[in-house]
Amino acid sequence: MKKLLLSSIIVIIGITFLGRLSYLQIFSFSPDQLLEDPAIKAIYDYPERGYIYDRNGKLLVGNDPAYDVMVIPREVKPLDTLEFCKLLGIDKEKFVKELKKARVYSPRLPSVFVPQLSKQDYARLQEKMRHYHGFYIQKRSLRYYDTPSAANVLGYISEVNERDIQKNPYYTQGELTGRTGVEKVYEDTLRGRKGVQYIQKDRFNRDIGKYKDGTLDVEPEQGKEIHITIDKELQEYGERLMHGKWGGIVAIEPSSGEILSMISGPTYDPSLLVGRKRSANYSKLHYDTISKPTFDRSILAEGSPGSPFKILNALVALQENAIQPTTTFQCYNGFYVGRTKRGCHCGGGMRNMHVGIYNSCNAYFAGTFRKIYEQYETTDEAHDVWEKHVKSFGLGNYLGSDLHTGRKGRIPSKEYYDKWYGDNRWSSSYIISNSIGQGEVAVTPIQLANMTAAIANRGHYYTPHLIKKVEGKDITVPDFVKPKHTTIDKRHFEPVIQGMADVYNKGTARWVQIPDISIAGKTGTVENFTKIDGVKTQLTDHSVFIAFAPVENPKIAIAVYIENGYYGARYGGHIASLMIEKYIKGKITRKDLENRMLERTLLHEYSKPYSGEEFKINEHDWSQHAKKPETELELFQR
Amino acid sequence: MSGRSVLRRIDWLTVLFYVLLVAIGWVNIYSSTFTDADASIFSFSSSHGKQLFFIGASAVAILIILALEASFFERFSSIFYIISIVLLLGLFLFGKTIAGATSWYNLGFFNLQPSELAKVCTSLALAKYLSDIQTDIKRGKDQLYAFLIILIPAILIIPQPDPGSALVFFSLMFVLFREGLPLYYLGIGFLAVLVFITTLMFGTVWISIAIALLLVLFFLLKKKRFKMPLLPLISFAIIAILFSLSVNFVFNHVFEQRHRDRFSLWLRLEKDPDKLEQIRKTIGYNTYQSEKAIESGGFFGKGFLEGTRTKGDFVPEQHTDYIFSTVGEEWGFVGTSTVVVLFTLMLLRLVYLAERQKNSFSRMYGYGVISILLIHYFINIGMVIGVLPTIGIPLPFFSYGGSGLLFFTALLFVFLKLDTNRLKEDI
Repeated sequence: MKKLLLSSIIVIIGITFLGRLSYLQIFSFSPDQLLEDPAIKAIYDYPERGYIYDRNGKLLVGNDPAYDVMVIPREVKPLDTLEFCKLLGIDKEKFVKELKKARVYSPRLPSVFVPQLSKQDYARLQEKMRHYHGFYIQKRSLRYYDTPSAANVLGYISEVNERDIQKNPYYTQGELTGRTGVEKVYEDTLRGRKGVQYIQKDRFNRDIGKYKDGTLDVEPEQGKEIHITIDKELQEYGERLMHGKWGGIVAIEPSSGEILSMISGPTYDPSLLVGRKRSANYSKLHYDTISKPTFDRSILAEGSPGSPFKILNALVALQENAIQPTTTFQCYNGFYVGRTKRGCHCGGGMRNMHVGIYNSCNAYFAGTFRKIYEQYETTDEAHDVWEKHVKSFGLGNYLGSDLHTGRKGRIPSKEYYDKWYGDNRWSSSYIISNSIGQGEVAVTPIQLANMTAAIANRGHYYTPHLIKKVEGKDITVPDFVKPKHTTIDKRHFEPVIQGMADVYNKGTARWVQIPDISIAGKTGTVENFTKIDGVKTQLTDHSVFIAFAPVENPKIAIAVYIENGYYGARYGGHIASLMIEKYIKGKITRKDLENRMLERTLLHEYSKPYSGEEFKINEHDWSQHAKKPETELELFQR
Repeated sequence: MSGRSVLRRIDWLTVLFYVLLVAIGWVNIYSSTFTDADASIFSFSSSHGKQLFFIGASAVAILIILALEASFFERFSSIFYIISIVLLLGLFLFGKTIAGATSWYNLGFFNLQPSELAKVCTSLALAKYLSDIQTDIKRGKDQLYAFLIILIPAILIIPQPDPGSALVFFSLMFVLFREGLPLYYLGIGFLAVLVFITTLMFGTVWISIAIALLLVLFFLLKKKRFKMPLLPLISFAIIAILFSLSVNFVFNHVFEQRHRDRFSLWLRLEKDPDKLEQIRKTIGYNTYQSEKAIESGGFFGKGFLEGTRTKGDFVPEQHTDYIFSTVGEEWGFVGTSTVVVLFTLMLLRLVYLAERQKNSFSRMYGYGVISILLIHYFINIGMVIGVLPTIGIPLPFFSYGGSGLLFFTALLFVFLKLDTNRLKEDI
């Protein structure tokens, strides 16, 4: 017993130690990740973010160097505070406050002392800085916008948050990433790849040399420059036209699907989201819940398409052989659904397709719509066919473009109506509003523009996209360079386009013709409602317009959606024709028309539901639209 | 006896363990004090260079020890003991203070730590006293003398202050147990520690209730044939309860805050996990860092000179008391288990060697050697891997330190020298 006592203690201790060691090193083994190892510091070398150019090579977004005065509190030696403050242009209180703040953060690590010096200040300070120990100037790069426009297209960059870091381990705290728009979608391309150096530290956080002699270090990779399909001038012009109006304008080059401009109103200057005032400005924009400047109406606002949708119904009817271009319907200044009469403004009489389109006859399209459904035994069958045709124009689903966000819109399926009315308890009469684009169908402006492009191309379209070149090379993304075909035969387009051309020549938009340019278009006037104190109230109609030009060899297809702009030709038609002229001719000949659009705002319409008073809608008098003195809100948005 | 026969009879297995431990130890000292600026491993300006020098000095010491007559150590053990006591006393007058402890003599080229010498001398003196034909360890008076031999150097070392080294001397109690000191001393000691710890963890009230319950249970279950006197048992229980009461007093009024914190940490007395983590990172900083370093080594370790935490000096005192954490980080479980196994085998081998001595002095000295090595190894590694509270004593043969290495070597090789004479009844 006595002899064994010590031996057994030795063995027990040995086993205990091995147990504890295996627990530490095998079971709770957590390998030091290079970046989590407290003894390794990673120093990053950030490459410059790629520039963004427009389709013609004009600069949209570049980089601007910014200079921050940094301080390492521990290294600060007594200095001539007065002179130093004068040099930096701050007062002594600020000096004391900032130094204290930095010391609280860390005496050892650098903090920003004065952010974002101007280039002049930097030049002045640069050489004097070395006299002040513990202070130095650090250069960094900020986004610089060479345009006050296209905030919704370009997007902005901001610091990554916890979620970004979890999603993509590339990022670490404090780095920047594209938040919306092109900056987000082409983040990897624009960003490049940061370089990294690993430094061995001791427990006082001092550098003691390169980790593993720098064998793990990575060289930075430059960000790539990109050209986007936007036409800078057209975009800027569109935004000026959009001044004081809410809605969206999207212009597409039909032969390629390239988005020429994408305008959302109201919008904001992209420079607002850069630099020192970024977060204050962002809150101001974000919390404007009435006009919603950060809500990109050109791709997110789903609304009834209105009369432009009649074109699709005409095409579907032709394809299904439900009508011929010569088929006529009687318009009684309206049409009857059962015993209820629905109105029409076309003037009445016998209408064939040609007149039906250019005068936008509701009765004609109601008849056409019924005819489509009469082609089939059951409503279900007919509806499936109708849905298939309509969806082949890119409606009712995501477009699959390179925009950072989007909405599906809505092309209701038979299930949708089954749920509403019950199985087999509905027919074409129940959903007759769809014939004139007022029913359950909903589209976004970009879908409307894409639909217009498909009509302009006589039956096919290219997925709308923003990317044109990466590092000067044209893109080859198959989704963007291969045409997508609609289910309508090419031959059915000509008679419809004839009707659309006469919309300008003698129809609903005859006041907005452009000399020497043949345009095909279609007006839309969309009734809309809101709830004021729980009461459904009608507001002034939305003014919608689609057009493409020239008719024979289309270079531009455009959709304009102006909220509460009244009838289609009024704002939508004007703006569309100005945009087309600007793009094709490069200058505007109809100055009075242009001035009217630049000056008139619809802010009085938008304030109506919030006024708390009775108001009239659809007022004809232009004088109501007089230019209002610019409010603070307006100034801010422009 | 010729030098040849010493070389033939010396226990080469133990020598092998010794060489391996010293070699592994040096490699890790090299790693933990290595900086890229170092030119030569022989440079005397670096810790590993100095340690290399002391390894050489140890080799010389070994040769001298082996060349001496075995009987020399027994004959002069009392003198050695007295010298070491005088040296310990002398520290109060001439001691050099390093890191708050007055434990060294400054000899110019090297600092001598007499407490290390005292370990060897006390082991010799104790063996000498116990092996005396007139000593009977069962006798109270002789027990007292034996205790005094152990206590005197310990008491002189405590005020240096170096409670860790003082604690080491108590391990020599194992020698007494081996030689017949009744085991209930150990039992009482064990019970005292148990009551101490459980009182800290659960409080006096619960411990008193537990003791009372045990007492009742004992009487209910006891068999007729055990005649256990009632009175001593009850008084024993009362003493235990009184002891438990005193624990709180000692803990709160005698201990210093840092001691209390170490216990709070070790026994997880602090229940708030945030506060516990706070203590771990402040009071338990060393242990926390060394545990983290060992953990980060994993099974195979990060490799020689690749320990990032070692390089960054994250574990304080890493080349001395915390040298084992370097092993953990750079060599992983493979390295740490090798070291533990080496120590275990060496100690078991020494037990075997001690038991085969015909001469009782050699055996008792052997037990002294084992006890001292064992307690160092147990407390040091236990502290570094976080199973024991922080008590700063070095890992034998391993930690950086000239006196330590020299006297551990002497401690061991005196015994190996005695072992070469094992066949003789007296030396």
